[in-house]
Amino acid sequence: MTTPATRPGHGPSRRTVLSAGIAVGGGLLVGVPLAAPVLSKSGPVDFAPNAFIRIARNGTVTLTMPYVEMGQGTYTSVPMLIAEELEVPLAAVTLEHAPADDMLYRNPIMGAQETDGSLSMRAAWEPMRRAGATARTMLIAAAAAEWRVDAAECRAAEGFVVHDRTRRRIAYGDLAERAATLPIPPQVTLKDAAAFTLIGRPQKRLDSADKINGTAIFGMDVRLPGMKIAAVMASPVLGGRIASLDDREARRVTGVRSVVRLDDAVAVVADHWAAAKKALDTMVVTWDDGPNAGFSTARLKGELDAASQRDGVVGDEAGDEAGAFASAARRAEAVYRLPLLAHAAMEPLNCTVHLHGGRCDVWVGTQAASRAQAAAAAAAGLQQDRVTIHNQYLGGSFGRRAETDNIVQAVSIARRLDHPVKVVWSREEDTQHDFYRPAYHNTLRAGLDRDGRVTSWFHRIVGPSPLARWLPPAVQNGLDPDAVTSATGPYQFPNRHVDYVRHEEHAFRSGFWRGVGTTHNVFVVESFIDELAAASGVDPLEFRRRHLRDDPRLRAVLDLAAEKSAWGEPLPPGSGRGISLLQDFGGTILAQIAEVSVHDGGSLRVGRVTSVVDCGKLVNPDTVIAQIQGGVIFGLSAALYGQITFSEGRVEQGNFDSYAAVRMDEAPRVAVHLIESGEAPFGVGESGTSGIAPAVANAVYAATGNRVRNLPITSDR
Amino acid sequence: MPYRLTINGETREIDADGDTPLLWALRDILGMTGTKFGCGAGLCGCCTVHIDGVAIRACQTPIDSVGTAGIVTVEGVDRTDAGRFVQQAWIDLEVVQCGYCQPGQIMSAAALLAGNPDPSDGEIDEAMSGNLCRCGTYSRIRDAIRHAAHLAKPAMETAQ
Repeated sequence: MTTPATRPGHGPSRRTVLSAGIAVGGGLLVGVPLAAPVLSKSGPVDFAPNAFIRIARNGTVTLTMPYVEMGQGTYTSVPMLIAEELEVPLAAVTLEHAPADDMLYRNPIMGAQETDGSLSMRAAWEPMRRAGATARTMLIAAAAAEWRVDAAECRAAEGFVVHDRTRRRIAYGDLAERAATLPIPPQVTLKDAAAFTLIGRPQKRLDSADKINGTAIFGMDVRLPGMKIAAVMASPVLGGRIASLDDREARRVTGVRSVVRLDDAVAVVADHWAAAKKALDTMVVTWDDGPNAGFSTARLKGELDAASQRDGVVGDEAGDEAGAFASAARRAEAVYRLPLLAHAAMEPLNCTVHLHGGRCDVWVGTQAASRAQAAAAAAAGLQQDRVTIHNQYLGGSFGRRAETDNIVQAVSIARRLDHPVKVVWSREEDTQHDFYRPAYHNTLRAGLDRDGRVTSWFHRIVGPSPLARWLPPAVQNGLDPDAVTSATGPYQFPNRHVDYVRHEEHAFRSGFWRGVGTTHNVFVVESFIDELAAASGVDPLEFRRRHLRDDPRLRAVLDLAAEKSAWGEPLPPGSGRGISLLQDFGGTILAQIAEVSVHDGGSLRVGRVTSVVDCGKLVNPDTVIAQIQGGVIFGLSAALYGQITFSEGRVEQGNFDSYAAVRMDEAPRVAVHLIESGEAPFGVGESGTSGIAPAVANAVYAATGNRVRNLPITSDR
Repeated sequence: MPYRLTINGETREIDADGDTPLLWALRDILGMTGTKFGCGAGLCGCCTVHIDGVAIRACQTPIDSVGTAGIVTVEGVDRTDAGRFVQQAWIDLEVVQCGYCQPGQIMSAAALLAGNPDPSDGEIDEAMSGNLCRCGTYSRIRDAIRHAAHLAKPAMETAQ
């Protein structure tokens, strides 16, 4: 997801998010913006100085997680920020998924409760440490009052407040009741980085234990009393409707309870999913395909090509690109095309809904809980505050679980039932009804002088705008900032022109996919830069160094990558190294160098990948390494195999046989080298994905002399 | 007709059609949700369980084909030496990301090590390439399998 510079109508301020609350009777949190906490009149009181921290009288520390866990390690790194300032052992905290509440749990950068855009660490860095420091300050004040000493003589450590002079200490739990009566301090002092004991030191993931023994609950695993399971089949053509349906055989399958017919889908509800799916497969459905019946990938390509002839909205301009190109000593032009991509998370989409007594409870793994709540409310015909989102672990997402279509569908099915229902999509349904990473058409041209310096750079990007749908105010004057992000890479070109032609299709839905605009543009820019280096007869790494913006961080990353990858050392015949360099996600810099060997018959093997990343301040260093390693594999699957194609309005791929992903026997070893810089972290969840396709494509060129201008690579060779 | 299956050492009764895949008997009928659904076609390995020690895909295994064979799922794999060492290695090497595929990965790895205490890279590839991971944890899985083999060595020597 992208980071829009501004978002109008922000709603609550960050101060409001960090306002006081109090947990009454061990559960309910009441936000009390900028006011003194209200003391419960009955029952024991927990200490909950803000929406993220609750300390019970028995000492239990519960942290409410506003950023979801979909593999990227937020359920460890966000608690690290809180625990660092709160001075509690990381292993002692209990985590809860946050309920839907933009007021309390919004991402302050996005302005809504979202986990996306490689934003969690950037968004959480200051507020979460402040949340911990606020609680710590109040606990110390409570202890100081108890002991009748100056708070300045007290310190917090390992879940206790300590008074060194008198060698006394009190556990946080024993201070909870008194701390809950204290005013929220308007200012708190954050720890100096030199005093960090958690931040910057590798911490074990808090979610591993439950995820290796089968006890972790994903949306797929939710079970409720009286719940039935549904399998669903939606119109294979977007916008299609059921014309006729014969469900007589389906209803005879053992375990089937009911058949629910929606306008654009049919669901079978049964005691278990196998019965529901078996019945669904017997269903005879005639579809009215609607206006998208004739859509095909060939048509999409033709439309994008035609749209590329139009002038776009200018995204970046300097000097006189056309003049410089016309007078250049050497000129290069190329067209790059990228395919539609599915997300293909390992956990197929699912959603469990219980409508009862004018309320709607939804169990789902979502990246955007408040959007999920609003969508469920609209589908249920209820006010939003009548809908409770029970967020769950996400079995992968990569942008897919930011959308709410499956929630709307599940609520629509549940409205026709008098019991809770879990709607589970098949793998094929998941692949064929995705919000696809857009297909893009890119026109590039560049001029070079006699010394091999780029004198002009032109890049026209044609594609749809998921951002215009997601966050309309972010698209100003027709310019989608996500579509043009990273469009000149980390380079300085004196004469340049980047423009964007928006082209929407109605036959499929497009959405955000790991790496968003950066993934698309980095492939194009880093491939074309490689072309220019080759045209100039200059080593690709040296060519990049000569054109870098004046930033020592960029040079440091590039130089370390050269060293660690043994750049320039000979490889066997049929092998090659390729490089990519990017800067995005708030400032993260990543260089990737891939080694590729191409064998007789053209089969391709990615041998070794060397990554050097500078993502600012490191919070949990091993998580950064894991994100780059995993991002590379995700991006490599797309680079080698990923494409969704259409014929007669229908997606041609279904399961992992037709929408393939990299497996163990093809997975390269990814060595990750970290450079730490600065005071604050940048995002790292998407960078690895963004940088790998061009590194591999450039390595293919180095190995074979064949330039890859269309992805996936296997379709372009 | 009820089927009696032996799962993690216990006898469980399942009243469903004989062609019901074991995956859904486990998940939806018995409530054992550790075994995951990923593809329904034997292509991703999320649903891997052991039948008499052999790693199989539960989504492709009808309950009427199991008979009296012993089924082990991720909920019970820690009762085997290989399963315990594999789980420990997964923690030691921080394999997990989203975690959805990991029960299947662990079941495949445990079956591999139970039959082959010191697998080569090629043998690891062969045993593990049926298990997809979209988070891309493969290199850590490979390292963790080697680490588990190492952890198992003293135990094996004691046993001998």
